[in-house]
Amino acid sequence: MSVGSAPSGPGQVVPMPLAGGTQARAGKRLRHHVVTLLVENKAGVLVRVAGLFARRGFNIFSLAVAPTHDPRFSRISIVVDVESAPLQQVVDQLDKLVNVVRITELHPLNAREAELLLVTVAADAVGRAQVIQLAEVFGAKVVDVGAQALTLRLASAPEAVDDFEEVLRPYGILELQRTGRIALPKLGPEA
Amino acid sequence: MELTGAQSLIKSLETEGVEVVFGLPGGAILPVYDPIIDSSIRHILVRHEQGAGHAAEGYAQVTGRPGVAIVTSGPGATNVVTPLANAYMDSTPLVVITGQVATNAIGTDAFQEVDITGITAGVTKHNWLVTDAEDIPRVVAEAFHVATTGRPGPVLIDFPKDVANATATWSPPGPMDLPGYKPVGEPDAAAIEAAAELMLAAERPVLYVGGGVLKANASAALLELAELTGIPVVTTLMARGAFPDRHPRCLGMPGMHGNYTAVTAMQQADLLVALGSRFDDRVTGKVDAFAPRAKVVHVDIDRAEIGKVRRPDVGVVADCRLAIEALIGALRRRAGERAGSLDPARLAPWIGLLDTWRERFPLAYDAAPPPGALDGSPPLKPQYVLETLRDATPPDTILVSGVGQHQMWAAQYWQFDHPRTWVNSGGLGTMGFAVPAALGAKVGRPDRMVWAVDGDGCFQMTAQELVTASSERIPIKIAILNNAYLGMVRQWQHMFYEERYSEVYLSPDLPDYVLWAEAMGCVGLRVTSPEEVLPAIEKANEVDDRPVVIDFRTDSMEQVYPMVASGSSNDDIVVHPSQQGLAR
Repeated sequence: MSVGSAPSGPGQVVPMPLAGGTQARAGKRLRHHVVTLLVENKAGVLVRVAGLFARRGFNIFSLAVAPTHDPRFSRISIVVDVESAPLQQVVDQLDKLVNVVRITELHPLNAREAELLLVTVAADAVGRAQVIQLAEVFGAKVVDVGAQALTLRLASAPEAVDDFEEVLRPYGILELQRTGRIALPKLGPEA
Repeated sequence: MELTGAQSLIKSLETEGVEVVFGLPGGAILPVYDPIIDSSIRHILVRHEQGAGHAAEGYAQVTGRPGVAIVTSGPGATNVVTPLANAYMDSTPLVVITGQVATNAIGTDAFQEVDITGITAGVTKHNWLVTDAEDIPRVVAEAFHVATTGRPGPVLIDFPKDVANATATWSPPGPMDLPGYKPVGEPDAAAIEAAAELMLAAERPVLYVGGGVLKANASAALLELAELTGIPVVTTLMARGAFPDRHPRCLGMPGMHGNYTAVTAMQQADLLVALGSRFDDRVTGKVDAFAPRAKVVHVDIDRAEIGKVRRPDVGVVADCRLAIEALIGALRRRAGERAGSLDPARLAPWIGLLDTWRERFPLAYDAAPPPGALDGSPPLKPQYVLETLRDATPPDTILVSGVGQHQMWAAQYWQFDHPRTWVNSGGLGTMGFAVPAALGAKVGRPDRMVWAVDGDGCFQMTAQELVTASSERIPIKIAILNNAYLGMVRQWQHMFYEERYSEVYLSPDLPDYVLWAEAMGCVGLRVTSPEEVLPAIEKANEVDDRPVVIDFRTDSMEQVYPMVASGSSNDDIVVHPSQQGLAR
């Protein structure tokens, strides 16, 4: 999937058949593709990447960036709205940035995705037990407790994070921060 | 070897083979100007940094070598942004060095500080901020490598003053550190085979040649391909001269002001072979209506151009020269296997149709009435000036232009028979490009005659570089087609705004161009009637110790024909009024 010199281009998307029940939800997800960039860990690289999206009118849905295990490189995970521009054009333009070393384009069906959420929810003495119960169902951790609120942490698949956010909403979300999704390719049978 | 950062920079430029730089000193770049005194590099002192950038572009376009400009920080740097953007659009290799405030002052809003790497990120292939004098040889080597390989383009090196003053060891640049930069070269064999099949099968093919053919020095290969296949050629605004206009298969320029045959040949084609061209909106007109029946082979060194505007049937990511040579090989093999597959007769109906159009819809303008027919002042037609200039100058003359009506007439009426003889601002459309670009072109090719065709609006934007030309004894010649208007804007107001002329009148004699030229050390001439045109040009051609400016007072009413209105289909091309009743 790396961007090489083959004229067919990188990251060819192969649509996979979906089971009927998951069709609607998957259809919504397919608007968004994750592009992960291995970039040189140098000053200004994030600005070059973000600037390219702005300049060319590509929409960024979310973005996460951190150094890799090799300190010379960072990995940027970008969720791209593929309705704003053809994915191939986004990838080809990113490939022209000198600091971008490798591009991996992940179809949502071929990716393991994760996202981290911190959320502070209104929870008085009455509601607290319910909120903690919901947190347990989703595998979230309570990281702070106040008289009228709880702060929870959830690291999970982005859809589970979406769902968690929804079930908490009726209790009153006071503050919320998501990291944006990160992703790695699913391991095939040969991996 | 122990050197200062500034000495290291100049030595690195010398190592890259730089012979000339265009620049203007200032506070932050001062250290770099000291070793220039002792360097073999010729420095040309411009009067405005924009002039340095465009001169470097003119130099690069005629020589194929990267143009180099050196300017100071802050306003010096921002003044060179327009040339960078221009070079980015037209894929011209440029290395621009900007002074910067000392590293410990960066980010403090210091005097003459701007974030020029941030400002120019979108208009350069890449840029560097040097923070360690030890990095200079490597960064300069990387900058020249990136500027000149792959799809060429401008780069910028931002050079803080303390780095220039630091002492460092200079050693020849070691390996470059560009893990993410992988320019392509060789074409994919299967794609070439597929393209060759389409070329043999086509009945109405056109070679759609863009500036990439010139960048790749592929003119000789293109000529061979055209003669082998007999396929007619259109050359875009950026490709004029890539294929000789005198060649019978050359249809000339397509696009918004292209000639009828070139535009319509593409519309009617069943195959477009795009070679280093990018389906620019000025060529395609309304994209959905462009060449609707054509299959497309698209050869470009920039993968992102393949499918950006029009999805090709065959995409070839490669250097144009290598791709054309591979196509020639593939076609020759097929011709050997299948006798008659390249028989010129196979295209005879298509060529016949094109010839009919060429005969019926040549470029046309209303010639001025004979001298004396009106009461002493027949209007001077700009096209007549260009035809006379074309016929009175050597065939390898370098023609430079600004942007507007005069540019389109120059591209239409000149006969370009040699590569790198046409220098203009295509993608960005930068008014004021001509004078400094002509200066740079003449520095790059002192053996050639260099004429700039300019508009009166354009000339007023950058005329100060004629002072540079005079003081450096660079004998360029400027033909101002002075119609007293911002002519192209006037033409659009004439056609699309019901002749409501808003802020386009400039006056024919304010400024007085002859006095202005003479004040800048040039020979100044004025021409108001057709019979004066040739004598003035001949007089200008004889001057070789200083620049010449001729103020041609041309007809304000003249329009550029043909024209495809912006956003219209190329099928709706508007030809000259004298041809509008003719059957198409």
